[in-house]
Amino acid sequence: MSATPEQNPAEASIERRQFDTLIIGAGGGGLRAALKLAEADLSVAVVSKVFPTRSHTVAAQGGMNAALANVLPDNWHWHMFDTVKGSDYLGDQDAIEYMCRSAPKAVYELEHFGVPFSRLDNGKIYQRAFGGQSQDFGGDQAARTCAAADRTGHAILHSLYQQNIRAKTHFFDEYFAVDLLKGQDGHVLGAVVFDIHDGQIMVIEAKTTLLATGGAGQLFKTTTNALINTGDGMGMAMRAGIPLQDMEFFQFHPTGIAGRGMLITEGVRGEGGYLVNGQGERLMERYAPKAKDLASRDVVSRAIAIEIREGRGCGPNKDHVLLKLDHLGEEVIQKRLPGIRQTCITFLGIDPAEAPIPVFPTAHYTMGGIPTNRFGQVVVPVKDTPEEPVAGLYAAGECACVSVHGGNRLGGNSLLDILVFGRAAANHIIEYLQENKYHRALDEEQMKLVVEKAQQYNNTAGGSSSEKIETVAGLRKELKQVMEEHCGVFRNKEILEQGVVRVEQLVLRMKNVKIDDSSFTFNTAKVEAFELENLMAVAVATIHSAAAREESRGAHSRIDFPDRDDKAWMRHSLYSFDNGLDYKPVRTKPMSVASFPPKPRVY
Amino acid sequence: MTVKFKIYRYNPEKDAEAYVQEYELEDIEPGMMLLAALLRIKDEQDETLSFRRSCGEGVCGSDGMNINGINGLACVTAIDGLKQPVEIKPLPGLPVIRDLIIDMDQFYKQYRAVKPYLVVNDPMPEVELKQTPQQREQLDGLYECVLCACCSTSCPSFWWNPDKFLGPAALLQASRFIEDSRDQDIENRLENLEGPFKLFRCHTIMNCVQVCPKGLNPTKAIGRIKHKMVKRSL
Repeated sequence: MSATPEQNPAEASIERRQFDTLIIGAGGGGLRAALKLAEADLSVAVVSKVFPTRSHTVAAQGGMNAALANVLPDNWHWHMFDTVKGSDYLGDQDAIEYMCRSAPKAVYELEHFGVPFSRLDNGKIYQRAFGGQSQDFGGDQAARTCAAADRTGHAILHSLYQQNIRAKTHFFDEYFAVDLLKGQDGHVLGAVVFDIHDGQIMVIEAKTTLLATGGAGQLFKTTTNALINTGDGMGMAMRAGIPLQDMEFFQFHPTGIAGRGMLITEGVRGEGGYLVNGQGERLMERYAPKAKDLASRDVVSRAIAIEIREGRGCGPNKDHVLLKLDHLGEEVIQKRLPGIRQTCITFLGIDPAEAPIPVFPTAHYTMGGIPTNRFGQVVVPVKDTPEEPVAGLYAAGECACVSVHGGNRLGGNSLLDILVFGRAAANHIIEYLQENKYHRALDEEQMKLVVEKAQQYNNTAGGSSSEKIETVAGLRKELKQVMEEHCGVFRNKEILEQGVVRVEQLVLRMKNVKIDDSSFTFNTAKVEAFELENLMAVAVATIHSAAAREESRGAHSRIDFPDRDDKAWMRHSLYSFDNGLDYKPVRTKPMSVASFPPKPRVY
Repeated sequence: MTVKFKIYRYNPEKDAEAYVQEYELEDIEPGMMLLAALLRIKDEQDETLSFRRSCGEGVCGSDGMNINGINGLACVTAIDGLKQPVEIKPLPGLPVIRDLIIDMDQFYKQYRAVKPYLVVNDPMPEVELKQTPQQREQLDGLYECVLCACCSTSCPSFWWNPDKFLGPAALLQASRFIEDSRDQDIENRLENLEGPFKLFRCHTIMNCVQVCPKGLNPTKAIGRIKHKMVKRSL
């Protein structure tokens, strides 16, 4: 059934390559999967718009959760409870059980790959306390986060890339994936990509495709996220007719540097740092009497926002709070938190060993994403089945929604998510390929359309149009502003409905985008135009899902609906271009243990 | 504050040779980083200006460039401290693809040449390999490299022999594994660095130390390797 290059009707010059698996994205999820597949002797192409070690996994600081019990008593079941509670009971409990059970193995694997974890005196991996962690199902604070100082993501991403060098994985560095390819029967069969270096378009045919493109933090004006986090895989999925799940749940990290956005790890509070308001009070004592500064991120972010709204902020404009850690002493700070110390010195001229850090809740993590099951298969509703796999298509990591994070992700669970589900997806791909040995025929018409799309910005420079010409930078700036104003920490009907209108107007204006750069050589303006299209798609799904959900759960806080409503809303949102909003039930049944029923969430 | 920039421009499709283009930005706020200024130029004045960037906080290593004659990361270089007009060029010593974007293939090739991955020949335990805090400390100052290439492209030995001398970044990686108590390939790693060029072309000029945006010391790492090689040959 394999298609021959001569049949390619789109353009004779377009190169076609064939692989068993195409992985789009070379962060932790993509690289973990690539390693597993390369070691299984499969042919794997990893396409990444940046050199792999520039991926955003590199910026993760605090660590990765696993119940190793190296410091305090622990087991995976407690981790599971904390994650279900942290998700505000929107997480799928089979996937959460799978993740928490797999966590220790995932960490040991990384250690064997060479990750330079910090160590305890007995030679075991160092673990620190993080938010939302408990022993014995809600008891005392746990210490579950495995750390390499405060550079854990860097250490993991580099080690994974290094292991892929050893395994001789085939990388297409600085290639941009435009859209997915399909067969006549709906199988996903690869993607059309272009080489950013010379603009050459290439068709990558693959029996299986894994989206591992990361999150969409660039939706917001102030964000901890890298400039590359533009939700590309989510945009591609939506254009392929796949809905996005739970997009209204966007995490605001309590401690971004105020006004600038740089991340200050939760590890600061895990090591004993705490938040102070304008009156010098430890503000979290009021909101989470037991866990205090180590309550869940949604709880801490709301607390900071309330303090500021009620006039108890710090500074001349009372627009931030302070994160105090000077009492930890220079030695602990230098040993455990050297990275954020340097960041503060560089960006603020403040040494946190001497003075507190001004912080504010900052857009950080996309809990929602491309719906998958715990094998990494992308699943969509088909008739009465809420979760029917899309043949050949997988997603893992922040672009996916398994959902292990539900309404609110716990710190330390995102590195775990990418490693566990990157590996799980690879395992399922290996099985799938045993049953699906041959390449299927592409839908040549669909491919032609995608190739045309890949060329759409090739000659817009100086073109005349009756419509007003829009710039990528202008529209992007407006989009980030709209999302910041209309989809922030606190939301209500009026603000959200205005947001829906404003986002949809921006989407319409996107059609009039022209770029001033017609070069084929490293055309970053063109890349940014494609990225903005993806961001727009993600914004539409996010604002619609948020406007519709009339309750407060996890990171989605409605002033007009302040309570969680399990009867009406303990269900996942799905938003697609074709069908708008739809819902599906939460998978409340774990794999082997009893379900954790929803309870009031107190920290 | 108004700041003037003189930026190296080159597009092989259009330009017979490189030239310098001047830009001016108003309202530069105190503490603003150079990357923010470049992004503003690209957004507000000239979409064609091309450079790499990602994390914006000195962790991903994308935006290495030559700033007033010194290699550094644009995202952690404050404009306040820079002499005006700010002269920006691509990192020297490697081919320019376009504007501030260099072809890093040679740099990555040298990185791969030192086999930058942990080698353990013994059967792996079901738990972590043990390492004491003191053993782990040996890796501090080695593992934090972001592969920005600021060091190697500031090194005269690398400029003259980029294909033979591995350069400070790759040698720092070599040291990162040689110093790792878990690694079981140290003999081969040292053997692999023998000869007049791969390592011994380092003449301790120490440009690498001066420019490293992460405050690392490749010269010291190279010295540690040399010391081990000498000890081994005795």
